[in-house]
Amino acid sequence: MSKTTTISIKEELVDLYLSNLDLITDNSAPILNSERQAAIENFNLLGLPDQKNEKYKYSKIEPLFTQDFEKYFAPKNITFKVDDIFRCDIPEIGTELALILNGFYLPKGNKINKLDNGMIYGSLAEAAIKYPEIVSKHYNTIADNSGEGLVALNTAFVQDGIFIYVPKGVEIDKPLQIINLLMSDENLLVQYRNLVILEESSKACVVVCDHTLSAQKFLSNVVTEIVVKPNATLDFVKMQNEHNDCTQLSHVYIKQQKDSRVTTNTISLHGGFIRNNLNALLDEEGCENNSYGLYLTDRTQHIDNFSFIDHAKPHCTSSELFKGILDDQATGAFNGRVLVRKDAQQTQAFQANNNLLLTTEAKMNTKPQLEIYADDVKCSHGATVGQLDMNAKFYMQTRGIGEKEAMLLLMFGFAHEVVKKISIEPLRDRIDDLVNKRLRGELSRCHNCPMHCC
Amino acid sequence: MLTIKNLHANINGKEILKGINLEIKAGEVHAIMGPNGSGKSTLAAVLAGREIFEVTHGEILFNGKNLLDLSPEDRSREGLFLSFQYPIEIPGVSMVNFMKAAVNEQRKYRGVEPLSASDFLKMMREKKELVEIDSALTNRSVNEGFSGGEKKKNEIFQMAMLEPKLSILDETDSGLDIDALRIVANGVNKLKRPDNASIVITHYQRLLDYIVPDFVHILYNGKIVKSAGKELALELEEKGYDWIKNGE
Repeated sequence: MSKTTTISIKEELVDLYLSNLDLITDNSAPILNSERQAAIENFNLLGLPDQKNEKYKYSKIEPLFTQDFEKYFAPKNITFKVDDIFRCDIPEIGTELALILNGFYLPKGNKINKLDNGMIYGSLAEAAIKYPEIVSKHYNTIADNSGEGLVALNTAFVQDGIFIYVPKGVEIDKPLQIINLLMSDENLLVQYRNLVILEESSKACVVVCDHTLSAQKFLSNVVTEIVVKPNATLDFVKMQNEHNDCTQLSHVYIKQQKDSRVTTNTISLHGGFIRNNLNALLDEEGCENNSYGLYLTDRTQHIDNFSFIDHAKPHCTSSELFKGILDDQATGAFNGRVLVRKDAQQTQAFQANNNLLLTTEAKMNTKPQLEIYADDVKCSHGATVGQLDMNAKFYMQTRGIGEKEAMLLLMFGFAHEVVKKISIEPLRDRIDDLVNKRLRGELSRCHNCPMHCC
Repeated sequence: MLTIKNLHANINGKEILKGINLEIKAGEVHAIMGPNGSGKSTLAAVLAGREIFEVTHGEILFNGKNLLDLSPEDRSREGLFLSFQYPIEIPGVSMVNFMKAAVNEQRKYRGVEPLSASDFLKMMREKKELVEIDSALTNRSVNEGFSGGEKKKNEIFQMAMLEPKLSILDETDSGLDIDALRIVANGVNKLKRPDNASIVITHYQRLLDYIVPDFVHILYNGKIVKSAGKELALELEEKGYDWIKNGE
């Protein structure tokens, strides 16, 4: 990639911003608009991450943006009923279901909903107008606009996304499910934003599913900010199931306050190019953070998980487990940075990344990165890249299980160690089932969708 | 049931089995004894179809079929069972899923419908009782974190589930305390029928107090050097293997 190309992509995006500014702001909300100017200036300084950026060593970002993408700055008229073509494969687990179509909240009724228990969910842009005091206090406060060009780009262009607010002391047992749908008759770039706030001693589970409903090329650059206040508990499950021509750049920022607990599960079932940035700041004492990930790739797919767990204060615990199965010519990367700051005594931090390569052409790069500045801590990390256990395969064969089935069972067992971390049983069972179907090659497209787009 | 004729097998070019002949009929229990390194476990592995061993000569007929032509899974489906000396741990694969896959693949091979979930669980329960295996074990991943004794009991449980025609017990007694040994041996005896047979591979007479063999064979340096009735095991226990090694 020559330097001139880099500049032109950046300039192109800045130009795009300037020439569409009216359209962007008109279809959004003042709080979101107020952050744009600084963000585009930051982006102009940072540009897209290039190969010199150590964090992006194994994922080339610039070429992704050179494709010709449509950019919608207003929600398109919907000419179909989503219910007619899409039925989610994880039914009967959610009390509430929220849809996003091409980056804009897709209301069934109201653009924003307030439940009897006080929980609020719906369009971020609408929330910024209806609940400005909540949104302005949290919006764009933890995403890294000054260090991450893609985040600055998102902040400049963002118009909508999902807003979730759980009031103090409210515990919601059943998950809230967010489904991101991509459907277009042209190649499309979407940049939306999610904001999740859990007030003190509240509890919630959020399941985010990403799906494509048409065969066009999609590039999503999505930022999610999550604020978890003292003694609150969040389970956050992300299911990525997009077709091979899709690119997803996901940036999740979590800020945890005293004695809060956050568990994230990032399940990458399918996707062309996926980069997941997961940033957790353990900002007060007594926090627990669990970050789990599973990625299943084949053909020429590429999945790169980058995590950064920032132990800023003492007595916090973090645990990371990322596992992947790579088939055909698939490539993957894992970079797990754990920072234990000087004050963060009594930190416990564990990290593991295990990978199975099914072919000699599949490739995995894994890099644990522990930086410890406190002296009274317990930290460990480990990474493995290997093949299926041939002794276990033989053992199964001697019980009458065919070679192919034995290998599937072994892969399923390998993947299950991540899936079993999901605390909600019906959800865990469904994801087990989806993983099983994926490994058997029965999930080559969005399940139950008649579009046959992949 | 099983006929082994002049079987030679290599590993990495080194000959381990140097002409084995053995005939096993339905209803019989055969013990194979011998010092370390004589080829006992190799014989078990070759019968089960382990690929690292290369059969260079000889043939094996199992119920009229050429065993060496069959994949390990088809040997199992034909009714051969190997109880491993060192059972393999398979993290993440539950005993239930493992056994369900095994039982139903065997049924499919025989052209029988798969078992319903409730019939399968009922079968699991009955077989667990038969071999006195702790219920909690079958709720875990295959052999994961099992003690040595639990692993061996689990092998006998799998044998009970699959109801093989010919079972090969490869040093099933190693690593067992006397109570576990009794449970394992009881399981084997309960599964004994006139239409099935067993090969018991062991170093010690001790197991043969519980599983009484019809024939005892001594394997030494890749060949069966002596075959007799159960009294041969007692003789070995008394005299050791030196008299065999020194050429009778």
